[in-house]
Amino acid sequence: MVREGRHSATDEDRFPGYDVANKRDTLSWDAVTRTAINRRLAVPHEPRFLAPPQWRTLDALCRRILPQPADRPPIPLAALLDATLCAGGTQGFRVHPLPHDPDAWKHGLDALDAEAREQFGAAFCELAEDTQDSLLVQAQNGKLHNPAWDPMTAQLFFEKRILVDIPAMYYSHPTAWNEIGFGGPASPRGYVRMELNRRDPWEAVERKPGHEAEARLQNRHVG
Amino acid sequence: MDRPRAVDGRAPDVFDPAGGHVPMRMYPETEEVDFAIVGTGAGGGTLAARLSELGFSVVAFDAGPYFRPLEDFASDETEQNKLYWLDHRVCDGENPIKMGGNNSGKAVGGSTVHFAMVSLRFRPEWFRSRSALGYGVDWPIDWRDMWRYYAQAERAIGVSGPVTYPWGPHRPRYPYRAHEMNSAAKLLARGCEALGYRWTETPLATVSAPRGKSPPCVYRGFCRFGCSTNAKQSALIVWIPRALKAGAEIRDLAMVGRIETDAAGRATGVHYHRSGTWRFQRARNVVVAGYAVETPRLLLNSANARFPDGLANSSGLVGRNLMTQSNQAAWGRMDDEVRWYKGPPSLAITEHWNYEDRGKDFHGGYCWMAQGPLPIEWVSVQTGARGLWGERLRREMMDYNHQIGVKMVGEMLPDEANRVTLADEVDQYGLRVARITYRWGDNDKRLIQHALRQMMMSLEAIGATNRFVQEDDTNHLAGTARMGFDRDSSVVNADCRSWDIPNLWVCDGSVFPTVGGVNPALTIQTIAMRTADRIKTLAQRGEL
Repeated sequence: MVREGRHSATDEDRFPGYDVANKRDTLSWDAVTRTAINRRLAVPHEPRFLAPPQWRTLDALCRRILPQPADRPPIPLAALLDATLCAGGTQGFRVHPLPHDPDAWKHGLDALDAEAREQFGAAFCELAEDTQDSLLVQAQNGKLHNPAWDPMTAQLFFEKRILVDIPAMYYSHPTAWNEIGFGGPASPRGYVRMELNRRDPWEAVERKPGHEAEARLQNRHVG
Repeated sequence: MDRPRAVDGRAPDVFDPAGGHVPMRMYPETEEVDFAIVGTGAGGGTLAARLSELGFSVVAFDAGPYFRPLEDFASDETEQNKLYWLDHRVCDGENPIKMGGNNSGKAVGGSTVHFAMVSLRFRPEWFRSRSALGYGVDWPIDWRDMWRYYAQAERAIGVSGPVTYPWGPHRPRYPYRAHEMNSAAKLLARGCEALGYRWTETPLATVSAPRGKSPPCVYRGFCRFGCSTNAKQSALIVWIPRALKAGAEIRDLAMVGRIETDAAGRATGVHYHRSGTWRFQRARNVVVAGYAVETPRLLLNSANARFPDGLANSSGLVGRNLMTQSNQAAWGRMDDEVRWYKGPPSLAITEHWNYEDRGKDFHGGYCWMAQGPLPIEWVSVQTGARGLWGERLRREMMDYNHQIGVKMVGEMLPDEANRVTLADEVDQYGLRVARITYRWGDNDKRLIQHALRQMMMSLEAIGATNRFVQEDDTNHLAGTARMGFDRDSSVVNADCRSWDIPNLWVCDGSVFPTVGGVNPALTIQTIAMRTADRIKTLAQRGEL
C-alpha cells in the first residue's frame, strides 16, 4: 500500500507492470530486432572511448539531464553514449563550429569540468546536484564563456549534443519504453486497432485513477 | 555490412528472409556501358530500371549497402541509423540544415528505403511559378507532360490513396485503396473540418492489399526506419528488381569519387572505390543521381584542367539554389489515448494552403500531415523545441500516448547564396566533404509563421491542450543542379542533360528549379521516368 501511495503521489509507473520485453518471444519481435536489443542491453559499463575523468563528468551530466527513479535498475546512459561514440558517433554531419560528434563530446566534457573548477573549485561530478543544474542552465542560456569551450560554445554544445544524444540513449532502452507505454518493436505483427482509445492486447495499459490493480493485471498479460 | 553483396553474377534477393540471391548480369570495367548511374534512389534506381528496360546497358553504383529488408531491418530507431548517410558533412549558415535521417540515405534504394512514402503531385502552377504565380522560376517541363508521367509513376509504385483527390485537376484513381486512418489522422481531419478546410487520406507508397511479393502494410509504424515486411514500395524493392531483370548491374558499397572526361570534353566513365581499391568503369554516358548534396559534391570534386570549376558548371550554378522544405510542427495533448506510433505516420493530409492563394502574405504553399514520431524522435522535439531536460522532460515524455501533432511540408524559395561547396576536410575515401550553407529568407519565414498559426488553430479546434510549436525543422533537398531553358541560368535542360557535357546527366532532386509544398519523392521518380523515355527518343534520332 505504501508503494502504491508513493506512486500516486509522484505519478511514477503510469503503466504498472508493463514490460515490453515480455513480447520478446512473440510475433512482435523478429530475430534481427532481438539481436539489436540484446547488444544494447549488454553494453559494457566502462569507458572505452572517453578518458576516466570525462566518463565521470558524463555520468554526472546524464544524471541531471535524465534523473532516474531509484526503485529500478538505471539505464546506463554514459555506457550507451560511450559505445556510440566508440563506433563513430550518431549523425555524421557537424554544425559549424562544433567538431564531429566524438571530438565534440571529449572537448565539451573537458570544458564543462573546467567551468566547474573555475567557478566552484571542484570537478563537475563532485558538485551538488543543484550546483550542477545551475551550471547547465547557464550553458543552455549562453552564459558560460570559459576559454576551454573554444572554438565551440557551451550553448551550441548543450543544444546540439547534450540535449540530442543523451535523450536518444535513454529512449533507445526498453526500460524507457515501459515508462512511456510505447509498444516497442512490432515486426512482423504490427497493430490492428487504430482507433482512438483502443489498444491491441499486445499494447500497454495506462493506469487510471482508482484502477491501478486492474492495469497491473492487464499488463501482466501483454504479449 | 562492409563487404559488397552484389558480386559473382548475383545480387541479394530483397524478398528473401534468409540470405537468398537473384541472378545479375555483370559488365567488365573495360566495356563501355551505355550508362553508368551514380546513385540508386528515387532518381537513379528508377532510371536504371527504365533505361535497362528500354534496351540500354546499365551499371548503377551506390555508396551504401544492399539490404534484404526481411532479414536486415530491425524494429528499432537506433539500430536503423544504418540506413542514413552518416559520412562527414559540415553544416553552417544562419539556419544550418539538419542532415542524416531527415534527408539522405546511404543504401541501395537511397532514401526511399526510409522515406515516409508520401507520394504527392506538384500543383500544376508550380511548373510555371514565375509566370503564373510571380515567384521563383519556371520549369522547362509542361505540367501536362508531368501529369501523364505522374500517373505512370503512381502505377509503377502501387500508391494507395483516395478515390477522389480534393485538389487540382483530375487525376486517375490511385491503384490501391487508401489505408485505414489511425487516430492521429482522424484528429487531423477533425481539425481541418473545424477550420473549413478539406482533407484526405494521404497517397502513400505502401500497399493496402497484396502486390507481387509485397504483403499489405501491417501498421507497425517504423516506416521511417525501413520497412521490415516489404509493404513499402521503395526503389529497393520496386525499381532495383526491375533493373536487374532487364539486365542492369548494381554495384553496392561502391563510392564514386570522380567522373573522368577526355580531351574532347566528354565524360568517359567513373572512378569508384569498392572493396578497398579505386577502380574505373568506362561508360558512354554518366548520370549523377546522388541527391542535392552528393550530386554537386561529385561534380565539384571532378574538377580537372579542362573544367577547373567542376563539371557542368559553366553557369556557376552547380551547388547553388539549394532548397530544403520547412518542416515545422504544432503539437499538443489529448485526454484520449492516441497511440500515434501505430500505422504510417502521415495517414491524412490537407493541401489547402497549396491550392488557396487568397489571404497569404508570402509566395509558395504548404501542406500539413498527421504525425506519429517514435520515442527518440519525439524526445528530440521536446528538447529541441522546448529546451526541456531533467525530471520535467521525463514527466512530459510519459504523456507519449496522448500526444497529437501536425507537421508541415512547406516551399522554400531558391536563393543562390544557399549552396553546397567543398569543405577543406576529407572523408574516409580522401574526398573533400560537402559544406552545406543555408539561410531562411524573409518569404520562407513568413510562410512558416502563417503555417504555425494555422496548425495551432487546428489543434485548438480539436481541444488539444499543452500546445506548443516546433519552429526549427526542415526536410528534403533540391535545387543544386537546376534544370532550365538555357545554359546561363541552369545546369541541365528539361531532359536532365547537362548543357556543358552532352553525355553527362543529372537525375534526382537536384534538378528541381523550385521545390513546391509537397514531398519530392514522387516527382523525382516521375522525372526519371520521363528522362528515360526522352533518352530513348534521342537515341532513336541519333542525338545521344
